Amino acid sequence: MGERFESVADVTERLRAVDYLADDDIASVTYLADRLEKPVLVEGPAGVGKTELAKAIAAATGSRLIRLQCYEGLDEAKALYEWNYKKQLLRIQADREHETSWESVESDIFSEQFLLTRPLLEAIRAEDPVVLLIDEVDRVEIETEALLLEVLSDFQVSIPELGTIVGKQRPIVLLTSNNTRELSEALKRRCLFLHVDYPDVEREKEIVRVRVPGIDEELAEQVARVVRSVRTLDLKKAPSISETIDWARTLIYLGRSEISPEVIGETLHVLLKYQSDIAKARKELVEK
Amino acid sequence: MTGPVRSTAAGTPHVTMLDVLQGFVHELRSAGLPVSMTENLDAMTAMEHVDLRAREVVRSVLAATLVKQQRHRPAFDTVFDVYFSLFSPAAEDRATLDLPDELFGTAGGDIQGGGAGGDLTREELAEMLLRALQSMDLDELRRLAGMAVSQFAGMEPGRPVGGTYYLYRTLRQLDLDDLSARLVEQARARGEIPDDPLPGRLAREEQEARLRELRRLVEEEIRRRLVADRGVEAMARTLRKPLPEDIDFMHASRDEMLALQRAIQPLTRLLAARLAQRRRRRHRGSLDFRRTVRASMNYGGVPVEPKFRRPHPAKPEIMVVADISGSVASFARFTLQFVHAMASQFSRVRSFVFIDGIDEVTRFFEDTDDISEAVHRVNTEADVVWVDGHSDYGHAFSVFHERHEREVTQKTSVIFLGDARNNYHASQNWVLQSLQKRARHVYWLNPEPRGYWDTGDSIISEYGRYCDGVFECRNLRQLERFVSTIADA
Repeated sequence: MGERFESVADVTERLRAVDYLADDDIASVTYLADRLEKPVLVEGPAGVGKTELAKAIAAATGSRLIRLQCYEGLDEAKALYEWNYKKQLLRIQADREHETSWESVESDIFSEQFLLTRPLLEAIRAEDPVVLLIDEVDRVEIETEALLLEVLSDFQVSIPELGTIVGKQRPIVLLTSNNTRELSEALKRRCLFLHVDYPDVEREKEIVRVRVPGIDEELAEQVARVVRSVRTLDLKKAPSISETIDWARTLIYLGRSEISPEVIGETLHVLLKYQSDIAKARKELVEK
Repeated sequence: MTGPVRSTAAGTPHVTMLDVLQGFVHELRSAGLPVSMTENLDAMTAMEHVDLRAREVVRSVLAATLVKQQRHRPAFDTVFDVYFSLFSPAAEDRATLDLPDELFGTAGGDIQGGGAGGDLTREELAEMLLRALQSMDLDELRRLAGMAVSQFAGMEPGRPVGGTYYLYRTLRQLDLDDLSARLVEQARARGEIPDDPLPGRLAREEQEARLRELRRLVEEEIRRRLVADRGVEAMARTLRKPLPEDIDFMHASRDEMLALQRAIQPLTRLLAARLAQRRRRRHRGSLDFRRTVRASMNYGGVPVEPKFRRPHPAKPEIMVVADISGSVASFARFTLQFVHAMASQFSRVRSFVFIDGIDEVTRFFEDTDDISEAVHRVNTEADVVWVDGHSDYGHAFSVFHERHEREVTQKTSVIFLGDARNNYHASQNWVLQSLQKRARHVYWLNPEPRGYWDTGDSIISEYGRYCDGVFECRNLRQLERFVSTIADA
């Protein structure tokens, strides 16, 4: 059993120590993931700090973060392991003159030094504490999802030439999803589920205060309120938490202690990235 | 609704955590939430690791193990609230039970609420609400919401009325608009709302957020009492709102329109991603000889990694011809919006709108990347009235034929949108016949239920004869399915 955290309150406190503000759900589920040794499926819109959570857990527990970024077409060779063909081929060619028996060559080229370890295998073999982040799992095809399922349920993998490799410890595993497609029931069943949404004004204000040194409460509150206002507009891409933080930092650099329409007008591009979104927000907040 | 299963073995009733949890899972299932065996076991194990006195942690932990879809969460919360208060084991049982009292919230009274403060006047209640909203004291607000429901909803045990009805009655009496106005007024009096537009806007939004919270509390209270009265199944039935995908275009209320509006963007994004993936995967490109040889250099001339050309499947071109007369306007609007949001999936999208005259509106969509603005321009600027502004499919089609027939090619799919209610004008369905010969496909989408087709002045089958498919298209789900077939074809 994992014993990285003592209690739910301990989770909140230690995440806070690494500048991550967890709400009740986040803290409870993180604690549970550690105790039950089950992977967590973290779902929610882009930019609410899903990936950040994995980093924070790693930092709080002094673990190494191993990240598998998913994309369409991700396969076993890129997720788990792959034999280094080039090196193997060189090895065989180098051997031609010596007429070594095939058996000895074979056992040689299928050994550790010809193995390319990919993130999943790396996490399984890790001796030190590890947090495994499988990012944007909704992007992979069903077949790869099945592979993930298999690896995550037993935390072992068999490589025909080397035998079965069993994990020495159970890392905390986080899978994130932007919900571009429905994940399989089987995967959901095996995971704990955590939905993260944009924070309310109170929490976002706290986040800003923690992450932007030198900001006073007044300004942080204004920042959070303006961002909430912007999020209610019909935008292509609503501002993420990290964009809120960037914006607050920009305001500090520019030496603004108060937000006026002019200030918003000149810094809006930090918060929004599409020209049409910027134009819309400008029309609503600055010109009215 | 059944309480936790109790073993009746000789004398003292005895309830264990296992029983409590099984009862809870049973309730969740009757509310329509799927809970599997594994999840049930996970929840059991999870409970061993948490402090049962921390009710909110218990809630989070049970939700994480039992609910795997965010849209099920509100139902879960209601069942949790009700189960762990009203249906908790009776006090005498709790003594024999190793469960802390804190796990079971305070029982929230019966359906009529009654009791405390039942005799307040509306004005007094409003005053108290204003104060609570001012300081955003959640406990106080919840208490007041409960009182408001007792007093205004007029809930009667066993009465088969939906929860939305009670909600409506309570909110009407509370008069949120008035509350909101008074909140603003008070804030202004204290100088909290400056006259500048920006701070004013932010302050107003804060008020709105608080009122939303109050509304949510009222809703929660009503749901809780309904469940207490009639069980979770009834609650699940009466408060179930249709998913945005299932809202009928023709009969959407204003709120539902907004929900539809919000649903379109993510839906098209999902669909586009899925289509692109399907297209890419369906066929592999042909062998790219040059790159294969190049790659083989790495392996001393052995072609270990064959390389393939990226497939470039042809995307269809589509023309949308939409009736935008009153009865089907919102259907046309959503379909146009949907199709243009999917524009990247087609080589070209052209749209035409008509009532009795017809006009091309593609330019409105190409000028801007804000689709709702384009739709607005379609409604205000397009030149679609020829004689009297009543649908005349026949005339619109013959003009379309005259002007655009030559632009329809083997690559084009033509999609007609409308209820085919032609006000008894001539159908001119030869237009479709000739289009069908030139075009790749001709489709018709009808927003009316299939049962109404060909009744009254609807002449859908006269047109349908020359279409490759006529589809009923009453909601986003059907629309999505249709777009996915044509983009694939």
